[in-house]
Amino acid sequence: MASTTGRPRDSRRRLDQRGWIFVAPFAIVFALTFLAPIGYAVQLSLFQDQAFFGGTAFVGLDNYVLLFSDTRFWSGFLRVMIFLAVQVPIMLVLALVAALAIDSARLHAAGFFRIVIFLPYAVPAVVATLMWGYMYGTNFGLAADLNDLFGSEIRPLSLDWALASIGNIVTWEFVGYNMIIFYSGLRVISGELYEAAALDGAGPFRTIFSIKLPALRGAIVIATIFSIIGSFQLFNEPNILRGLIPNVLTTDYTPNMYAFYLSFGGQQYNYAATVAIVMGVITAVIAYVVQLRGARKGT
Amino acid sequence: MTRTPRRKVIWALATSLAVLLAGCSSGDDSSSGGNASPEALDAALDKGGTITYWSWTPSGKEQSAAFEKEYPNVNVEFVNVGTGEDHYTALQNAIKAGRGGPDVTQIEYRALPQFALQESLVDLTGYGFENLEDDYTASTWESVHVGDGIYGLPQDSGPMALFYNKEVFTQYGIAVPKTWDDYVAAAQKLHAADPTKYIASDAGDPGFTTSLIWQAGGRPFKTEGDRDVTVNLQDEGTKKWTAVWNKLVEGKLVTNITGWTDEWYRALGDGTIATVTAGAWMPGILMESVQAASGKWAVAPLPTYDGGEPVTAEHGGSTQSVLKQSDNPDLAAAFVRWLNNDQASLDVFLESGGFPATTADLESSEFRDFSSPYFGGQKINEVLTTAATQVSSGWEYLPYQLYAETIFYDTAGQAYVNNTDLDAGLRAWQDTLVEYGNQQGFSVNQG
Repeated sequence: MASTTGRPRDSRRRLDQRGWIFVAPFAIVFALTFLAPIGYAVQLSLFQDQAFFGGTAFVGLDNYVLLFSDTRFWSGFLRVMIFLAVQVPIMLVLALVAALAIDSARLHAAGFFRIVIFLPYAVPAVVATLMWGYMYGTNFGLAADLNDLFGSEIRPLSLDWALASIGNIVTWEFVGYNMIIFYSGLRVISGELYEAAALDGAGPFRTIFSIKLPALRGAIVIATIFSIIGSFQLFNEPNILRGLIPNVLTTDYTPNMYAFYLSFGGQQYNYAATVAIVMGVITAVIAYVVQLRGARKGT
Repeated sequence: MTRTPRRKVIWALATSLAVLLAGCSSGDDSSSGGNASPEALDAALDKGGTITYWSWTPSGKEQSAAFEKEYPNVNVEFVNVGTGEDHYTALQNAIKAGRGGPDVTQIEYRALPQFALQESLVDLTGYGFENLEDDYTASTWESVHVGDGIYGLPQDSGPMALFYNKEVFTQYGIAVPKTWDDYVAAAQKLHAADPTKYIASDAGDPGFTTSLIWQAGGRPFKTEGDRDVTVNLQDEGTKKWTAVWNKLVEGKLVTNITGWTDEWYRALGDGTIATVTAGAWMPGILMESVQAASGKWAVAPLPTYDGGEPVTAEHGGSTQSVLKQSDNPDLAAAFVRWLNNDQASLDVFLESGGFPATTADLESSEFRDFSSPYFGGQKINEVLTTAATQVSSGWEYLPYQLYAETIFYDTAGQAYVNNTDLDAGLRAWQDTLVEYGNQQGFSVNQG
């Protein structure tokens, strides 16, 4: 026994060392592009610079303490939580319905619909937001025309509607992307399962609930995690719309915008780094919890 | 014309690059200008070399080319890194990095104290620039001074005037307002006659607000020495302005279409917005972007508070400055002197439709007598050049004006969204300005 356990351990150790050579290209790039920036951000967050006078002081965790009582940060955080809770389910259900419809083989020109629904994802967020911003205009835009037509008073760019309007843009952009994730999940379901279901007398809806949705669980978890990350990082859409309504979309509208304006507007790089790190940790924790829950239900 | 369209919509694009630049910070702070003299400028021009010039002035490229033609030894690399905020983000990053910045840069008057007090700019006093005072209007000359130093030469000026849609005024029997009370009365009359029309649009714009406070005699910002800052947005002049403007904002007599947006241009074109209070660069904007209203607009002096002697304020305008990190400050200063003081350059600038800061050009009969077809043949420069001599003196911007304006929307801007008291909004702005200033090492008093 003793002699047989000795040899493999030796060879494994040798393998380990040789393995580093193969890992090195990745490890170096990973360290430079991933670990180093995070390290730099963490370092930044422990200091307090004075941009105008060049003083730098080590302040330990002061920036973090400040952040936890910063209502501007937490109100932005709450806003993206609301966004997450409302927009993400709507978007994913729409994407799911679209994927199921295209996969159902009952749709004529399914390929055409697939492309059309996916197309908005190919439009850069900047362009999409400018385009929507134009349509949202309540004096001359599409919103103005619709309000005239129906006698309604909907102002997509007002304080009350802004978040919903942003949600609409994001949904429009990403339904197609999520649909593709779901659709590819559906394509890999073995045809034998459908045959068996049909023999057992399952109708189309029974097939959806008993075969298709369970098979999609992994894809749904992945899409959900992407969407959570996307929501917490909400930046482009509100920041571009800000050109139209700077008073409504304040500089602390989302945590990412807050970090952006702190650093590039106010030169408060240290505090901005703190915001970024705290948001990163929160995002990672929530994404991890979702993944764990998704995996547990799956088995 | 060179007024910054405030929120250029795509400035997020620059950020990925900016992040990289910000990462390479270093504290290389080579100071220069010890042996500056007017002779050094001529010597530098003879010797030649290469300098970089950052600007978004429409005629910037052409001026650079004309300069190279006159001084073949000098090579000017003209770069437009963006307008307004984009430009300052890039500039700030280069300053923080200690390299990568231009030799000569455009800076708006509002941002000059910020860059001068950070000691990023060369004080041009030694180069004999102090002798050029008579060439410029009093207000722009004041604007290029920070403390005792001269940090640039004025490129253009923006004395404020009242631009109004004559067709709308005639249709509703409204007289051109002489006082702000007249203006409020005109607002009520117009909006009552046609609820889709407004005397003006004001969605809350810090540059506009501060200029009107300036005109009203308010001096909310003061800086003494390097660090002692006073912020007082409740001084008498400021209150004078809010007393008028509250009637318009709280009374919903102004619409809130954000400036420089497509909707704004259209509303200027179809009479929805009947007047614009803006700097003398406004005709260029109207002619270029509001062609629908050609022949309808006219210009008048800014209304006053007492109906007496006309008084106005500067709104926008820029200077060219030399960066301390420049390897060739003598040549850079020589370029600045040529750019904003040599007639060959000024002619190119005027040709592009710019509104000058040089008294000789403002007083030239050719400029004053120009009759603009867009303004129905009105000699608009008579009004505007007169305004240039009537700017109230003693105004100062904050040494952190750029960030102050960024957070204006978060605080004072809320009064515009909710149609509530502007005084309360300005107080909220003041609170954040005091907090930020103290955090950054200034000693901020509330007056």
